[in-house]
Amino acid sequence: MASIHVDIVSAEGEIFSGEAEMVFAPGQLGEIGIAPRHAPLLTDLKPGEVRVQTSEGEEQFFYVSGGILEIQPQLVTVLADSALRAEDLDEAAALEARERAREALEGRHGEIDLEQAQRDLVEAEARYRAAENLKGRR
Amino acid sequence: MAVGKEIRTKINSVKNTQKITSAMEMVAASKLRKTQDRMKAAKPYAEGIRRVIGHLSQASPDFHNPYLEERKIKRIGYIVVTSDRGLCGSLNVNLFRALLNDISEWQKKGVEVDLCLLGAKGVAFFRRLKTNIVSVATHLGDMPKMEDLIGPITSMTEAYKEETIDRLFLAHNVFVNTMIQTPDIRTLLPVEPVGADDLQEHWDYIYEPDASDLLTNVLTRYVEAQVYRAVVENIACEMASKMVAMKSATDNAGKFVDRLQLAYNKARQAAITQEISEIVGGAAAV
Repeated sequence: MASIHVDIVSAEGEIFSGEAEMVFAPGQLGEIGIAPRHAPLLTDLKPGEVRVQTSEGEEQFFYVSGGILEIQPQLVTVLADSALRAEDLDEAAALEARERAREALEGRHGEIDLEQAQRDLVEAEARYRAAENLKGRR
Repeated sequence: MAVGKEIRTKINSVKNTQKITSAMEMVAASKLRKTQDRMKAAKPYAEGIRRVIGHLSQASPDFHNPYLEERKIKRIGYIVVTSDRGLCGSLNVNLFRALLNDISEWQKKGVEVDLCLLGAKGVAFFRRLKTNIVSVATHLGDMPKMEDLIGPITSMTEAYKEETIDRLFLAHNVFVNTMIQTPDIRTLLPVEPVGADDLQEHWDYIYEPDASDLLTNVLTRYVEAQVYRAVVENIACEMASKMVAMKSATDNAGKFVDRLQLAYNKARQAAITQEISEIVGGAAAV
């Protein structure tokens, strides 16, 4: 029986590596089923499930919050994101990092707890919004 | 007998310090092992993404992407990775020295510099200098999360895309082995072309949705993976450096205790001798 090698990796560690008969992944334009000797393909992943059917007939599930999928005839590579990503989320994070630079320069140390709490609130809101958007897009 | 009470107190206090430094040494040693595992864990992703870029450049080499193109350099950016805590020998200082040399060479050519600082020590150092700090992330902990790094990295990659900066460098310490960590500065953007390896005949991917967006995505993640790796590696360096520093502190404390003990013994002996001679002198007088 033909099989295809699957690597699921994230920046923080290897998640799965092994042979499979069939792989399903949530591509940007819809779910993709990958059998051995699939044509080379490159796509973004949406948040969702990657399913791997091993040759013993077992099925394994992995949640990915996005990433990149590369298909070669004998090899599937899932480069999973280790964090929830969306355009506005990244921007919020970038702004936050800038804000922190300004604070560090001014050398403010007081009211850290209150500020931290407010920042956490903003972050949580941004996260929630991004999650809503992602849900809406699906 | 109250002889050498100060010395005894001093000996006890040095011994306490020695206990602390030797405990810190052991903690650093065990953390070092964990971080080295994390360095290994980050490797498959970095290799995977490198391979994809290699394939991409081979599949259609005529890409145009700001991340790949060299520009005339008017302003540059650095992402500087330092430790959050001190007591790790000359680790951060060595990096700052290398970095300042580099920066002053660029400034001689009239190039301006932007900084993105990861780690509290870097913030403390560069705040005193008149440099332009764009973004900051501190207290990443021993197990840094990608989430915490995306913000500062994005602030630099966006600046690169908007042509605010024309080149982006990554400055961090390289873990050679437990004894040796060397500062290293290398180019992150523009991405140097990655040579592809095995596949020779011409072919191309099916792109979903389209090639240029995907390439940008892949390259962004490539940059992020490199920064993440640098952060993890820097933690390994910090732990190794701390281990060595604490070991020598423990040894020095041991030597110090020996010296104090000698001084104490001499003082005690001198006091006894004096007492005896006083008694003998007193007896002779009677």
